[in-house]
Amino acid sequence: MSDDLHETASQTAGPYVHIGCMPNACGITGVFAEDLGAQMLQAETPGQRIAIEGVIFDGDGAPLTDAVVEIWQADEQGRYTTRSAAFSGWGRAAADAETGRWRFETIKPGAVPCPDGTVMVPHITVWIIARGINIGLHTRMYFPEDYDMQAHDPVLARVQPTGRLHTLIAEPGPDATYNFNIYLQGPKETVFFDV
Amino acid sequence: MPRDWTRQPAARAPAYRSSSMRSPEHARISMPATPTENIGPVFTRDSLGPLDHDLIVNHARPGQTAMGARLIVHGRLLDQTGRGVPGALIEVWQANASGRYRHKRDGYLAPLDPDFGGCGRVITDQNGAYMFRTIMPAPYPWPNGGNDWRPAHIHFSVFGQCFAQRLVTQMYFEGDPLIARCPIVNAVPDQDAIARLIAQPDMEATVPMDARAYRFDIVLRGRRASYFENRPEGI
Ligand SMILES: [Fe+2]
Repeated sequence: MSDDLHETASQTAGPYVHIGCMPNACGITGVFAEDLGAQMLQAETPGQRIAIEGVIFDGDGAPLTDAVVEIWQADEQGRYTTRSAAFSGWGRAAADAETGRWRFETIKPGAVPCPDGTVMVPHITVWIIARGINIGLHTRMYFPEDYDMQAHDPVLARVQPTGRLHTLIAEPGPDATYNFNIYLQGPKETVFFDV
Repeated sequence: MPRDWTRQPAARAPAYRSSSMRSPEHARISMPATPTENIGPVFTRDSLGPLDHDLIVNHARPGQTAMGARLIVHGRLLDQTGRGVPGALIEVWQANASGRYRHKRDGYLAPLDPDFGGCGRVITDQNGAYMFRTIMPAPYPWPNGGNDWRPAHIHFSVFGQCFAQRLVTQMYFEGDPLIARCPIVNAVPDQDAIARLIAQPDMEATVPMDARAYRFDIVLRGRRASYFENRPEGI
């Protein structure tokens, strides 16, 4: 172990992260054919269509209008099908420059079996980078309708005391849209994980 | 492999003012790496264009090239065991040769270059090696302490082979006196970790009468070898 290399240090993505991660969305067109992760669904993607959206708030309650959000999830059967043309499980979106709202159109993931025999309830990894964030913030979004199963989830069980668990549960909205606001500080601070 | 937080920036770095309201106050909750973190998105070369790695020409008008000192930036993407990470997506972005970003929120007086967009991307080869062509970015002023200047840098976004390896960082250039003065650099609490963010000139890779070269190796976390080597497709 002592011969292991050290992980490279993280640095903030800064305010101009869009140039590298989603240039078309920030007006740099004609370089990359498309912004990676901008569209997660294909016509043939199996599964229940959902949307998830939210706003990231700083400690002053101001929305982050310069963040980039990535999500990573299993398919409807709880498998990570990274090479599938129908659904890769990964998406990327920019917070709106005025409102800070970000949105993904995706499918609801299935429960994910682990090698040790436990099963994780449906969840979506949410990863945030922005100016002022020195190392990407890693959280998970869970679904309110899976409440009964969540008591047995091996990751949610780590959130002790349980008073902050609710920060990981999205709120249902109309048209199969889930709202998942993220709070970086304050009494509603979202749970972030050291994965 | 658990992350070594002694070599990573604290969420809150007081001299970097933007971090004060954007840093969680609770400790991160540790969790076991599950299939969710042990697998990650896969990108293939056919999702990239032939000039994506060449910032000198990928936003230039026909027959033109970006203004500035021509550079080759290259290196290897490794995991902590020293193995090359093949097939990984690396995205880069940077200011132009006068320190200006092509972004509507960048109000620096220095001019845009019509022939420079500032974005590039590449997928590592079977040994984890990568290379892109660009121009030397200039330092630029930024609103922080009243008179702060970023050292010349290139932003990197790196995907490994699993989502737990996801990394965003910045590469600096050897000899830049602004590095030691930068609050963003100094958010990293370990001097050796900072030193490894500084690319070194690489005369061997220089193209005579064309481009200087800098080498920047990147190390991603992990991995738990047994898990990966036996991973069934789409577990
Ligand atoms: Fe920058």
